[in-house]
Amino acid sequence: MTKAGGARTNPADPARRNRLRAVGLVLPLLVFILITFIAPLATMLVRSVHDPVVADAMPGTLAALSEWDGEGLPDESAYEAVARELVEAREARTLGQVAGRVNRVQSGLRSVFTRSARSLRDVTGGPWRDALEEIDEAWADAATWHAIRATGQRFTARHYLNAVDMQRLPDGSIAAQPEERRIYLPLLWRTLVVSAVITVFCLLLGYPVAHLIAHAPERRANLLLALVLVPFWTSLLVRTTAWIVLLQTQGVANDLLVALGLVGEDGRLAMIYNMTGTIIAMTHVLLPFMVLPLYSVMRAIPPQYMNAAASLGAGPAQAFFRVYWPQTLPGVGAGSLLVFILAIGYYITPALVGGSSGQLISNMVAYHMQTSLNWGLAAALGGILLAGVLVLYLLYDRLVGIERLSLG
Amino acid sequence: MSAATGAATGTPSGAATGPSLTARLLRGETLGRFAYVAFCTLVFVFLVAPIVVIVPLSFNAEPYFTFTEGMLRLDPEAYSLRWYREILENEVWTRSLVNSLVIGVSATALATTLGTLAALGLASGAMPARRLVMGLLISPMITPVIISAAGMFFFYSSIGLGQTHLGLILAHTALGIPFVVITVTATLSGFDSNLTRAAASLGAPPLYAFRRVQLPLIAPGVVSGALFAFATSFDEVVVALFMAGVEQRTIPRQMWAGIREQISPAILAVATFLIVFAGLLLVTVAWLRRRARG
Repeated sequence: MTKAGGARTNPADPARRNRLRAVGLVLPLLVFILITFIAPLATMLVRSVHDPVVADAMPGTLAALSEWDGEGLPDESAYEAVARELVEAREARTLGQVAGRVNRVQSGLRSVFTRSARSLRDVTGGPWRDALEEIDEAWADAATWHAIRATGQRFTARHYLNAVDMQRLPDGSIAAQPEERRIYLPLLWRTLVVSAVITVFCLLLGYPVAHLIAHAPERRANLLLALVLVPFWTSLLVRTTAWIVLLQTQGVANDLLVALGLVGEDGRLAMIYNMTGTIIAMTHVLLPFMVLPLYSVMRAIPPQYMNAAASLGAGPAQAFFRVYWPQTLPGVGAGSLLVFILAIGYYITPALVGGSSGQLISNMVAYHMQTSLNWGLAAALGGILLAGVLVLYLLYDRLVGIERLSLG
Repeated sequence: MSAATGAATGTPSGAATGPSLTARLLRGETLGRFAYVAFCTLVFVFLVAPIVVIVPLSFNAEPYFTFTEGMLRLDPEAYSLRWYREILENEVWTRSLVNSLVIGVSATALATTLGTLAALGLASGAMPARRLVMGLLISPMITPVIISAAGMFFFYSSIGLGQTHLGLILAHTALGIPFVVITVTATLSGFDSNLTRAAASLGAPPLYAFRRVQLPLIAPGVVSGALFAFATSFDEVVVALFMAGVEQRTIPRQMWAGIREQISPAILAVATFLIVFAGLLLVTVAWLRRRARG
């Protein structure tokens, strides 16, 4: 505030001019990103808690249900309203969306809704309760009305509850889904475990390689670095195709194993379209992200340290663990964190080589986007994934600095 | 393995093999060195072999994904250009190449212009809330792409840009921007701002000083940022999967369809083309980097 006041007295203040210039340079891009990227993310997150379809289509029914105490069945006014609004929704062609949403809370209601709306054309007058119960006895079940009331909330936590395998019971309390109906928490857990396994593989493969490159003579180091960067720059789809070609049952790897007599012709290994395929291909894709940060840390370690350790009588293992390894920890942390973050959000590779057992959480988001069309749930799963990734990136920023992301 | 790695670290200089080391240790060290080099070789094979294997397979005369006996005998009859002919004659592939180039070049131009300007502002040190702004600008890179694609699908279709070239260009621009911002700010951090001050004191107007003094010096960073942005767009499949209609299909989107639906060696021909392209990008960026280091 005082700064602004001071600036007003002296418009030529160079600090203020520099600040304005900096803001002027950054602003176009900031606005661009806010519109083309942040706004889409925000609309998606809004969609995970906001679902107006049922509320818009059935205001009368929901008003009548607000009087209902949840015990027994609602009174005739609710039946009258729902009969009218089902027919209206059918004419407005929103019935499918409404029925689909109610069906997710209480399965079976999709057909009840569409059939009732169709049959109600022939009903000229009340009592509506009898008419509806004659069309389908689901209308005599309180669960139907609970489902309408639950989906009628504009702002709802049910997608998030659904995404962590919980549900809201008719009495309003929240409970975990029965064991056999849990889908998302096990999948989330699997994603974390697989990402951790891939990170460990990348570290085991990447550490010696980074070390070799970091301490090789310059010409050879450049050549070896190029070998790491070739996969880094090669199209992801090319690399994924390569693994399909190599690992499929009639592929190169199995042919080689058969030719070497390691497996029989009928004992060809299933290395792709399962979790094995996902892990192999993702380790390959993410390995450069481990090698590069390790390499840049190792290159800065003077070789004299190891020589000093050796001349002071340390054995090779002791010298490594007491002198070398501790100095590479920043690289180990940066590489592992980066690989882990990239792995938990990975979509393409599991989708193409994972089969049914090798799918990760991103694939479930895609499934609900494209196949089940449960966009609220897709958005909620995406929101959870995004939150997890952001937390890990904040950690990365603390430890490494986000601007120092390795870009080959 | 780690112990072997440690064993090896002492050897490159040769000086480490001092008199204090026993003969037993020496032998262990040589063995360890051998195991270490062998292991690293295997990792390099793991990294590169899958990509290299694709190239000869794309010349397969038969519609198989493995080496036929004829290919192993190096029989010229077993090799052919039929898959290359197929993609060049197939309108679906040529149109997707045009789409990829149009979308990639437009997105790169937009991302590079906006990104370089922003990097100039960010590097000046006078930007308020710099960390927050930087976080927002980099967010397209750290957001899992499936989430970006889902959000963009909802948003762009709601404003009438779903299934349009413009929509895809804007989306790819957003995804490429972090790479431009990061590479150009990194280059600018090594830029001596006294040079622009000197130009100004000699009477150069700011824009002239930027064009004649600053831009030539940061050009390698700008060009590698642009290449990153182009590579991002050229290899982007998930956003294209959600947003592109038949008219906007890009090469990666078409490859995706090819892998999912009817995988034919024609895909390997496209893949070989992309491998050559990646090699060119890699060499260019390495060359630029060396130039930037001076």
